[in-house]
Amino acid sequence: MNHTLWAEIFVLGVVLTNFRLLASSRLLVLINTMQIQAISLSAIPIALAPSALPFRLVLLAMITLAVKGWILPRLLKRAVQKTNIQREIEPFVRYEFSILLGIILLGLCFYISHRFKTDANLTSHFLLPSALFSLMTGLLIIVSRRKALTQVIGYLTMENGVYLFGAALAIEEPLLVEMGVLLDVFVAVFIMGITIYQINSEFDHIDTDRLSELKD
Amino acid sequence: MNTLLHMLSWLFAIILAPLLSGVINRTKALYGGRKGQPLFQAYYDLFKLLNKGAVYSQTTSWIFRAAPIISLSVVLTALLLIPIMGYRSVLSFRGDFIFLAYILGLMRFVTVLAALDTGSAFEGMGASREMQFSLLAEPIFLICLAVLAAGTGQLDLSGMIQSLWSASSPQTNAATFLLTGALIIVLLTENARIPVDDPATHLELTMIHEVMILDHGGIDLAFIEYASALKLWLFSALSIGIALPLRTGNPYMDFIIGIGGIFLTAVIIGIIESTMARLRLLRLPQMMIAAAALSLTAFIWVT
Repeated sequence: MNHTLWAEIFVLGVVLTNFRLLASSRLLVLINTMQIQAISLSAIPIALAPSALPFRLVLLAMITLAVKGWILPRLLKRAVQKTNIQREIEPFVRYEFSILLGIILLGLCFYISHRFKTDANLTSHFLLPSALFSLMTGLLIIVSRRKALTQVIGYLTMENGVYLFGAALAIEEPLLVEMGVLLDVFVAVFIMGITIYQINSEFDHIDTDRLSELKD
Repeated sequence: MNTLLHMLSWLFAIILAPLLSGVINRTKALYGGRKGQPLFQAYYDLFKLLNKGAVYSQTTSWIFRAAPIISLSVVLTALLLIPIMGYRSVLSFRGDFIFLAYILGLMRFVTVLAALDTGSAFEGMGASREMQFSLLAEPIFLICLAVLAAGTGQLDLSGMIQSLWSASSPQTNAATFLLTGALIIVLLTENARIPVDDPATHLELTMIHEVMILDHGGIDLAFIEYASALKLWLFSALSIGIALPLRTGNPYMDFIIGIGGIFLTAVIIGIIESTMARLRLLRLPQMMIAAAALSLTAFIWVT
């Protein structure tokens, strides 16, 4: 088991959790899957790094793990408990069909990234397509699901894709920028959690498509 | 090594295959806190059935009588192609994995034909279900084998399994993890094990495989039971050869580890059967599509 194999396994973990997000209807399962995805996500830069680990990288991985793998799932779980909604019953796109769409998207992402001409030297052959795939999965979840909570999870998946994109191109972002992005995500999910709770207590549901027919 | 020694793996399969169901039943009994049936129960059943005569309905034709013989001979032929870990199979030629997939298709075809031949609506329903799920399982199995071929650059099963898990290609190794997941689902589907079909029930409206062989009796039933035991052995040997990241380089060591691995697979099947309930028929396609997603991801990964 060498370093590259570990990186491959973690990237594969991200891809598989994306499929699980597309296939599952239970909100708690979705949140747990997000947690697993966050763990593999934060491990990728460390697995790709040269043998001497820079302190900055370790710090970043730890903070990512803490925010995405612990705080955000807790916030979402609280929202699930408060709104008392267990599962997404009638999505716009059926689950079997979303998995099939996922497979097509994965193929498309590989095709696109083969056509990509980047100057940056790619640290791993699979990171770029997987990052694109996370973005696409997030987008698919946002457009194909009814519940606001599931859409928040789609948003987080998209954000994970962006993070992976940075790792793929090995962009040396300043620590401050990364921190800023993480803080943004944290605040966004925090506010969304409160909003979902408010929507639920006001209308007794969190179906976003029914919000367009509001009456006073 | 000469061909005679290669026959060893085939002989082991013929002798030990019925023991697998004994191991599965023992594992389930242990889980349920029971003592369980004897380990060699499958052998006793086979001998009992072989000593009986067969009764044929007047509506059946020669197809009904030929089907058990064809399916048994098909599995025996297919077993010639199966290597056990690094221990090469008796027969191996370029493209033998495609031969394997289709010869197993022939076995399913004759079983379904025999079920339809009885003219019973009940067996027709089983045949329809069998076809529905194999329609999903067969492409997954072929894609898995195609991933192996693309990942290792070999075109025969023995060569593929021998050259898996070498340190030089991390991407094939990572894809092999996915294959293991997909193959377990294919194994459970093809052998009518629990999340797909319950082998313990008889005369229940939900079953798939058992319902197709209701009209067979005596020697014919013995042939069918033995053929399905051999099929379970075949799939276990294939899955363990792909899943275990162990290559000693010495074929005899590999052979011993492989035989142990096959029984380990039986224990794992027993654990899956005791911890899971049978899925609803409507939910099954979703599981198969998940397996398809796994195998296709692996395929995209290696190409």
